[in-house]
Amino acid sequence: MPQEEDDILNQLTAQFPFLAGKVRLQRPRRLWAEVPADKLAEVFEYVVRQLGFDVYCTLTGLDMGDKLAAIYHLARANRIVLNLRVELDRQNPCLQTITGYFPAADISERELVDLLGVKVEGLPDGPRYPLPDDWPAGSYPLRKDWPGLDAPAGAAQTKPEGS
Amino acid sequence: MTDKPLSGFVTVPIGPQHPALKEPENFTLTLAGERIMHTGMRLGYNHRGIEKACEQRTFIQALYLIERICGICSHSHSTAFVNAVEEIAGLELPRRASYIRTLIAELERVHSHLLWLGVAGHEIGFDTLLMYTWRDREVVMDLLAKLTGNRVNYGINTPGGVRRDVSDEQKQEILKGTDVLEERTKYYIEIATTEPTIIGRLSQVGKLSHDDAVRLGAVGPTGRASAVDRDVRRDDPYLAYSDLQFKVITDDHCDVYGRAVVRVLELMECYSLIRQLVRNMPDGPIAVKAPRKVAPGEALSRYEAPRGEDVHYVRTNGSDKPDRVKVRAPTLANVQVVAHMLKDGYLADLPIVIAAIDPCFSCTDRMTAALVGHGPAGEGVMTWPQLRRHGIEFYRRQGIDFADLNKRLRSGGHH
Repeated sequence: MPQEEDDILNQLTAQFPFLAGKVRLQRPRRLWAEVPADKLAEVFEYVVRQLGFDVYCTLTGLDMGDKLAAIYHLARANRIVLNLRVELDRQNPCLQTITGYFPAADISERELVDLLGVKVEGLPDGPRYPLPDDWPAGSYPLRKDWPGLDAPAGAAQTKPEGS
Repeated sequence: MTDKPLSGFVTVPIGPQHPALKEPENFTLTLAGERIMHTGMRLGYNHRGIEKACEQRTFIQALYLIERICGICSHSHSTAFVNAVEEIAGLELPRRASYIRTLIAELERVHSHLLWLGVAGHEIGFDTLLMYTWRDREVVMDLLAKLTGNRVNYGINTPGGVRRDVSDEQKQEILKGTDVLEERTKYYIEIATTEPTIIGRLSQVGKLSHDDAVRLGAVGPTGRASAVDRDVRRDDPYLAYSDLQFKVITDDHCDVYGRAVVRVLELMECYSLIRQLVRNMPDGPIAVKAPRKVAPGEALSRYEAPRGEDVHYVRTNGSDKPDRVKVRAPTLANVQVVAHMLKDGYLADLPIVIAAIDPCFSCTDRMTAALVGHGPAGEGVMTWPQLRRHGIEFYRRQGIDFADLNKRLRSGGHH
């Protein structure tokens, strides 16, 4: 394992024992970590402020079947990418905004809201993205059980509570 | 974004019919006289659901679809995607294939930057520059067509390699074309760095400080012109870049002028890279056999497109189709910075400030600005050409006029 990636992995697991066995190096400059949802905020803060992951690449939303997931792709010195994955409850998927760290995350968080039905707390008011204003409420096209726009009424997919 | 314009101000919605971007934009400008007070944005009008569509297509089909995200940097998207698929499948790209992919990538950057230079010239009324650069650009378009069979959407990539080899004869043509383009680019560098009209028109326009560029996440030449020393080719090398020598061009003008300087100087680096790739291209196969199905896995692929960092995430599930494809095109990162650049600037600068992040501008003329203001300007509609004309006239009244320069260059014997 390359030295720098190894150091990052060790620092992460030393700081957060619950990450032991949850961080892997897929290839040089690509680290992947599974973070419990309730620990995301503190891990994120440490990674950005202490470990120097100061380049925000993007945020990916996923439908894993029984769960949804989000992956934050962050780079250190524009070189080593740490992919922080957090699993989200399918019935009530919820994240805290990271626009306080990276204003550019605004648009990618809105993508998760529109395409996967994830709630992002703290996201500033603004126009939706990327779906049109008349898109039916509760219809999230990147979910695997999305029935399509032409589906008959009642073929609804799982919706988050209260939607 | 408010629906009602503030009293005493004029609100100008621009777009959304602007299908040149990956996501065409709608800028709602609030003006006080000629000054832009606030810019609101609404994106997504051309969201085509390509990511979702990829989930229903095989890897090969998805590759062709992804190549069509953008007509200018099609190779960027196709390569970022196929690199991720190969990483997951554990395919070792033959070195010759890696060099050919990189060669097409740098030729694409040349055509993209020359295209940009022409568009930038046009937006400020310097149309001789447009005519010259687009004529020169044909040299690289011809090379791309000879190498791949297509002027755009090259279709050179396939999982495991490339679809066409480069012959020795083609190598000579590439070197010859590169020499021609290098001479022309030196001439453009001279113009860009010495002509007072250009410097006067572009300096202090669309300001983006270094700190704001970092904070807001500007990528590519837009960031590098604000001294953000980042380039994925050097920092997180892919394909053949770790074998190659090149400089990452940065500039500290932090304005449209800096963005022009960065691009023309990057062209010179491209020529050097193209020569290295042609001269040092290893022998050997151009592809390895790729499996139809790809084992479960995921990869994050980054690529320095002509406009900046292109990010692809790919997840596979063991079938012959990707489970998830996520694309973050560079313009999506930079378009968020535009609102900041426009603030306190002139309406007359809007065309060149938007053009300076280099969104694909092939369909710019279809963009309209509806003037629905309650101010003195009253109601009306401004098309993009009218906006452009407004900008040119505005600066002509202030003494910045490209008519003489256009005439002088045309008669200057630079043919």
